[in-house]
Amino acid sequence: MNNSIKPFIVFIAMLALWHGLVAGFDMPSYILPGPWEVAKSMAENAGLLWEHSLVTLSEMLLGLLLGVLLGIALALMLVYFAVLRPWLLPPLLITQAIPVFALAPILMLWFGYGLTSKVVMTILVIFFPVATCCYDGLRHTHQGWLDMAQTMGGSRFAILRTIRWPAALPALASGLRVAVVVAPIGAVVGEWVGSSAGLGYLMLQANARLWVDQMFAALAVLAFCSVTLYYTTDKLLRRLIPWKPETSQE
Amino acid sequence: MFDVIVKNASLRFGDHLVFENLNLTMQGGKWTCLLGGSGVGKTSLLRLIAGLSGNDNSRADVSGEVICEDGFPVNHRIAWMSQEDLLLPWFTVLENITLGQRLRRTWGDRLKRRPLLSGETTDQAMSILEKVGLSDKADVLPQHLSGGQRQRAALARTLMENRPLVLMDEPFGALDAITRLNLQDLACELLANRTVLLITHDPLEALRLGHAVYHLRGHPARLTDAIVPSGTTPRSLDNHELMSLQGTLLDRLRHESFSEGDSV
Repeated sequence: MNNSIKPFIVFIAMLALWHGLVAGFDMPSYILPGPWEVAKSMAENAGLLWEHSLVTLSEMLLGLLLGVLLGIALALMLVYFAVLRPWLLPPLLITQAIPVFALAPILMLWFGYGLTSKVVMTILVIFFPVATCCYDGLRHTHQGWLDMAQTMGGSRFAILRTIRWPAALPALASGLRVAVVVAPIGAVVGEWVGSSAGLGYLMLQANARLWVDQMFAALAVLAFCSVTLYYTTDKLLRRLIPWKPETSQE
Repeated sequence: MFDVIVKNASLRFGDHLVFENLNLTMQGGKWTCLLGGSGVGKTSLLRLIAGLSGNDNSRADVSGEVICEDGFPVNHRIAWMSQEDLLLPWFTVLENITLGQRLRRTWGDRLKRRPLLSGETTDQAMSILEKVGLSDKADVLPQHLSGGQRQRAALARTLMENRPLVLMDEPFGALDAITRLNLQDLACELLANRTVLLITHDPLEALRLGHAVYHLRGHPARLTDAIVPSGTTPRSLDNHELMSLQGTLLDRLRHESFSEGDSV
């Protein structure tokens, strides 16, 4: 079976299960609206949903871009300035040990209710998986390759560019796949804590008014965005890294 | 062609002395083969000559001097070939064998937008690929090559470097017997007139290819006197002298690994 069809089959099966639950247990629509009701709400609020998803999507993408760049920069620093490692690691761990939910109000205070605070939050959840994966990849370059490059007379930069960096790409790709999946957490948590736009904001408003169908509609759009983002990234990475990754230690 | 002389090479891991004050002369334009069991320090000696000793994060304490008879330093006159083919999986065969050119590209070259490979270099690379029988694989990724083809690509990369001194660390060790013999012949033909140091634990390989064959043995390890088989390389397998020498060497190597096994 074609692999690109499988996700759609899963999707349809989930819809069927959802419908089955609603019909089978006779769920009231203020607890769990059926797929049909949610679809109706999506159609009615299409403009609204579109507007707010654009906000959330731009937060996610901007956060991803900056978070990935920051993660890569950090990984390179950890590899090439070994002296910094013991100094950088504790603050890095602290940013990850504190739940982003707890940081959110402070970030609101510092960066305001607009786009910036959500982007910062997204960066915070993303840069760490990217940095650790990229760092791991860079650190485990096959020693044989490095030895050979040295006998060939390559400069440090040339070796990074030609050998270490491409060798780290498969590891970096795993970091990116994680990053893409967790990116919505940063953006939506930010919107929950304080915002005037975005899917998280929309959900919060709908929840307060008990418009459960609209809440689910927003949730469905968010899920759709995340899943699309993941598969696009995955496809792109596979195209960019077509070779079989070799294990670094044999 | 100049001789290369290793003087007073020593290697120890903590308290364990692997070898000390080792001296070895590699005759210019000839193949020197170094035979020995595992753990005797063959690879470490090779790394010392290549100037790679500090790289492998081991706690090895290495010292020694490498002198070229013509007085110039040994740096940048070495091509390295190891048991692994070390082909980069993201580069095609052609890109792999011209890796040296890529690595030595300066900022000046880049700013002046000089092409990565000049027409001349590409022609040279293609003619080398033809010699090793891979001209139709130039644009293929290494993952599509067989083990023998990969090692031939590695040989092509070594030739492309065009260095007077070639260091080989069991380059044919991972290949099947027939492929190994073919590659030995090919390497012998293509690396003629270069100074080659070949490390191996296969006596037959050493005896077929070496102008001088040394055996590194014992604790701490010492070099035996050179065996100089007669005839031109690659020596054919039906040579009686070769076969009896192989028998002697195999016997020695076997006893060595026995006594090692006893001491552990």
